Amino acid sequence: MAILKKDVEYIAHLSRLNVSEDEKEEYSKQLSNIIQHIERLNELNTDNVEPTYYALDIKNVFREDKIEESIDKEKVFNSAPLIEKNGFKVPKII
Amino acid sequence: MDLKKNYETVIGLEVHVELNTKTKAFCGCMNKFGEEPNTFICPVCLGLPGSLPVINFEMVRRAVKIGLVLNCMISDITKFDRKNYYYPDLPKAYQISQYDTPIAKNGFVEIINKDGSKKKIGIIRAHMEEDAGKLLHLTKTGQIGEAEESLVDYNRAGVPLIEIVSAPDIRTPEEAYIYLKTLRAILRYIDVSDCNMEEGSFRCDANISVRKKGEEKLGVKVEIKNMNSFRNVQKALEYEEQRQIQLLENGQKIIQETRLWDANKEKTFSMRGKEEAHDYRYFPEPDLPPIEISKEMINEIKKEIPELPVVKAQRFIKEYDLPEYDAFLLTEEKETADFFENVVKVCGEPKLSSNWIMVELLAKMNQDNIKNINEIKIKPEDLGNLILLIKKGTISGKIAKEVFTEMYKTGKDPEKIVNEKGLIQITDSKIIEEVIDKVISANQKIVDDIKGGKEKGIGFLVGQVMKETKGKANPQLVNELLKSKIYK
Amino acid sequence: MELFKLTIEELHKQLIEKKVKPSEILDSIYKRIESVDPKIKAYLLLTKELAYNMAKKAEEKIMKNENITELTGIPVAIKDNMCLEGVPTTCAAKMLEGYKPPYTATVLERLKDAGAVFLGKLNMDEYAFGSSTENSSFFPTRNPWDLERVPGGSSGGSAAAVAADLCIAALGSDTGGSIKQPAALCGITGLKPTYGRVSRYGLIAFASSLDQIGPMTKTIKDNAILLKYIAGKDKKDSTTADIKVIDFAENLECDIKKFKIGIPKEYFIEGIQDEVKENVLSAIEFFRKKGAQIIDISLPHTDYAIDVYYIIAPAEASSNLARFDGVQYGLRDTEAENIIDMYKNSRQKGFGKETKRRIMLGTYVLSSGYYDAYYKKAQKVRTLIKQDFNFAFEKVDVIITPTSPTTAFKIGEKISDPLTMYLSDIFTIAPNLAALPGISIPCGFDKNNLPIGLQIIGKPFKEDDLYKIAYLYQKETNWHLKKPDIN
Repeated sequence: MAILKKDVEYIAHLSRLNVSEDEKEEYSKQLSNIIQHIERLNELNTDNVEPTYYALDIKNVFREDKIEESIDKEKVFNSAPLIEKNGFKVPKII
Repeated sequence: MDLKKNYETVIGLEVHVELNTKTKAFCGCMNKFGEEPNTFICPVCLGLPGSLPVINFEMVRRAVKIGLVLNCMISDITKFDRKNYYYPDLPKAYQISQYDTPIAKNGFVEIINKDGSKKKIGIIRAHMEEDAGKLLHLTKTGQIGEAEESLVDYNRAGVPLIEIVSAPDIRTPEEAYIYLKTLRAILRYIDVSDCNMEEGSFRCDANISVRKKGEEKLGVKVEIKNMNSFRNVQKALEYEEQRQIQLLENGQKIIQETRLWDANKEKTFSMRGKEEAHDYRYFPEPDLPPIEISKEMINEIKKEIPELPVVKAQRFIKEYDLPEYDAFLLTEEKETADFFENVVKVCGEPKLSSNWIMVELLAKMNQDNIKNINEIKIKPEDLGNLILLIKKGTISGKIAKEVFTEMYKTGKDPEKIVNEKGLIQITDSKIIEEVIDKVISANQKIVDDIKGGKEKGIGFLVGQVMKETKGKANPQLVNELLKSKIYK
Repeated sequence: MELFKLTIEELHKQLIEKKVKPSEILDSIYKRIESVDPKIKAYLLLTKELAYNMAKKAEEKIMKNENITELTGIPVAIKDNMCLEGVPTTCAAKMLEGYKPPYTATVLERLKDAGAVFLGKLNMDEYAFGSSTENSSFFPTRNPWDLERVPGGSSGGSAAAVAADLCIAALGSDTGGSIKQPAALCGITGLKPTYGRVSRYGLIAFASSLDQIGPMTKTIKDNAILLKYIAGKDKKDSTTADIKVIDFAENLECDIKKFKIGIPKEYFIEGIQDEVKENVLSAIEFFRKKGAQIIDISLPHTDYAIDVYYIIAPAEASSNLARFDGVQYGLRDTEAENIIDMYKNSRQKGFGKETKRRIMLGTYVLSSGYYDAYYKKAQKVRTLIKQDFNFAFEKVDVIITPTSPTTAFKIGEKISDPLTMYLSDIFTIAPNLAALPGISIPCGFDKNNLPIGLQIIGKPFKEDDLYKIAYLYQKETNWHLKKPDIN
C-alpha cells in the first residue's frame, strides 16, 4: 500500500512531528518503499499462528507493595527546561 | 407538560477508582495525596529514559478482589498494553493500561431503587491502569480554557487505578446516583480504595443518550466529564437528559461529543473543537510479562471478601426488624454497620440503637466533618450501655442526650458520667410530690384554670417540675402525680 | 609499555601483582585517546574526573586486597545510551544534549560494584537507529581500519574504540545487530546475549522486546569476564530471566567433537560479498577439521525477518520515543504558544531524519486499521522464525553464519537509501527476533584489509557454548590479534 501525502500528515500529527512539504514527499516515497517491502509478509499464511508479543516466556513478575525512597526533585529539575513552584511548566494546553 | 414521559434515557458510567496501595502501580514511590508537587517521584513514574515498570502485586490482588465483588469473570491470563497519546500529565506519552484482556469482565452490580425494586446493572469490564499526573492551570479567572500556562505535578502519576465500565443499563439519573453509591459502598467494604470523590480517588464520566420510547436504536450518545460529586453526576445527567429531549423535540440533532459539567452554572458545555479524533495505537506492553491468575489465588482472595452492603442491609431488615431506610443507611459504611451491631449486642434494642446512631451520632459526625465512625471517641459498648440506662429507667431520654454529648466529647462511659454528675432519674414519689406541692402553690391561678377546663396548663406545670428537678424527675411519674393532685 | 593495548585478562594479572596501578592504565589510555580519537571520533564524552576517582578506589581495594574482581581497575567505555547519574547521557541525540539522568543503569551499577573504571561515553547512531553511526547527531565515527569507512552501528563508537585501543573493553547494545554488525566491521569480539540475560534498566529504550546490552572486547576471554559481571536477574527489569549466571570465563575449553554446528543455507545467498563467504566457509572448515559435526540446516523464514523487524522495532520505538516531548527534559521550543506546537517544534528540532522516519513508520503500523495487517502479522511471523530456530536446535548446538553480508562500507554510501542500509543487518536480525544469543568474532580480512565477522548463534541462555567454540577458534587463529594501522 502506498503511503500518500495525507497519510504522512496524519501520522506526523499522531507522532507530534512537523514535516515540511519537501519532507512529506520524501517520507511518502521512502515509507511507501519500506511498506511495500514489508508487505511480502502477506505471502505467508499465519491463520493458525499465535503472535510472539514477548521475547521470553516469562509470567507473573511482581514486586512487593513496599515503599522505596523517592528521588530528590532537584536532581530532576536540573535537566528540566522550565520549572515554577515545584512544577514543570508547559504552555497553553487547549 | 412532562416531555420525559415519551422518552427513554440510556446511561452508562465509567468509574475510575484509585487503589489504596502503599506504593504506586509500577514503582516504590508512595501513593499519597496532598503533598508538595513532585515529592513522590522516581525515574519510573516520571517515565525517564531507560526506566522500566515493575508490577505492584497488591494492585493485581485488589483488582481481582474488585472483579469478584462485581460478579465478574476473572481472566486467567491478562496483560498490560500501552495506550499512546500526548498530554503533559502523561510522562511517557503512553499510559500503561489494559486493552483486550481486562483482568475482569462480564459482571453486574445489584442496586435497590427508592421503591425497593432490585435491578442488576451490568459491568462490561474492569481493568488496571496507571493514573496520570496533575495539572495546575495558571490563570487569572480560574477557567480551564483560559489558562495561559500550566504546571505539572507527577505525584499522582503511576498511582494504580481500576477503571470500571458499566453496561448502558441505567435508565434514570437517580439510578445512576444509586449505582454510584452502591459501587462506592462495595469498594469501601473490601477496603481497596478511599473512594473519595473530592480528592479524586473516585471519578466518574457518564455516557448518556435518549430515544423515543419503543425505539430500538440507541440515540446519539454524549459523554459528560468533570463531575466532582455523586449529586453532581445526577444533576449533570438530569440537565443533559432535558437538553437532549428538548433538542429532539425542536427537531434538532444531537451531536456526538464530550461535554463538561459546570457545577456553578449547573449546565454542561461542549468541548467542541478542543478534542481530536483518538488513535491510541494500543499494543502489548513489552516491558511487563503477562499475568496468570490461578484458581488458588482467586479462592484465597474470595475468603477475604466480607458480607457486602446490600446483603448486610437485607439481613438487618430481617434479623433486627429495622425499616429499610435504617438498614441501608447503617450499612453504607462497613464501620457504621459493625458499630451498630456492637451496640445492639450490648443493649438488645435494634431500633433504639439505630435511632441513636442515625439521629444523634451521624449528625454530630457530620457537624465535625468526621467521615469514619471509628474516629469518634464513643465506643459502641458504651452507647449500648447508655441505651440500657434509659431502658432500665436509670436516666430519662432527655438526660441521656446530655450524657451522650459528654460521651462524644470525652469518650467516658455513660455510668461514670451519670454518677459523677448525679444525673440518676428521680423515681421516688415522695420527692416528686414535694416539688409538685411547691409548684402548685406558686401557680394557683393556673391550677384553677385547669380545673375550669383549660387542660393545656398541665404541660406548663410538668415543665416547671422538671425544671425544679433539673430534668431528673421521671416525666411520666410527674404527669401522673400532678394530675392526681390537681383532680383529687 | 603500551598498557592501552592490553586485554582485561592481561591487565588484571599485572594489577593484582601490583606491577601497574589503575591510574597508570588510565594515563596510558587517555594519552592514546588524545592522539588517536580525533581521527576515529569514537567518544562523545570523556569522564576523566570520575575515572580517576574510580581508579583511586580500585587502587585502594587492590592495596588492601579487598573485594578484588577481574574488573577492578579495568577501564571500560560505555555506549551513550546507558544512564549514568549526573553524567550527560545523550543517545547521540541533539534532543538529549546536556541531559543528566538522576540515576544509574543496572549494568553500570554492577560494573561499578565490580571495581571497573568508566572512561567515557561512546558515539552511536541517534537512539541506536542505524547501522553505520552516521546517524549520530554530533559526528560520524570512523572505522579504524579505513577512516573513509563506517565502523558499523549502532554501537559503532564502541566497536571502533575497542579496535583502536581507545579502551580496554566497551559496552554496546543490540536490537537488530547493533553489537554484532559493528564488531564484525571493526574486527572485534561482540556478544549480543540472550534477551533477558542482561538488565535493560537504565538503557534508553529503542525496541523493548529486542534490546540487549552486551560486551564488546578484544578477546573471547575478556568478553566472558565482562558478561559475568553484568548478567543476571534484575528486580528492576521484569523481562530479565531468573537463570543462574555461571562463571563464563572459568571454563572455556571444550571438546569440539561433541558439538554439532548448523550451517543454514539461507545465509549463504547471492549478494553476499565473496570474501565474506569464503572466509566464513574456511572458518567452518576449521571446525570440521577439529572434529565438530557440520550439519546443513534450513531456516526457511529467514528472508522475512527483516520485514518483521522493520515493523516491530519501529512500532516499539515510536512509543518509546514519544516521551521526548520537551516537558521534563531535553530540547524544548520555548517560543511555542500552545502545547501541540511545543511538542511538534521540539521534536522536529530534536530528532534526526532517520529517527523521524522510524517514528513515523512505527506510528503507521500501529495506527487504527493497520494493527492487524502489520503489527500482529509481524508478531505471528516472528513465531514462525522462532520455530525455525527451535526446530534447527533439535539437531544442532550452534549455528554459524556470516555476521554481515559485506565488510565496512564507505561513509555516505548508503545513507540516502534506508532500505539498502537496513539490509546490512539481514543476518543478525532473525536470531535477535528469536531472543537468541549471538556472537561475532573476526575470521579474516578482505582485499582492502577490512575485517570480516563470523556469527555464532546459540540456544537461549547458552552463551557458554558460543564462548567455548569461539575460544577454540581464537586460540588457534590470530585474526583477533591484528591491529589497525591508524594514520
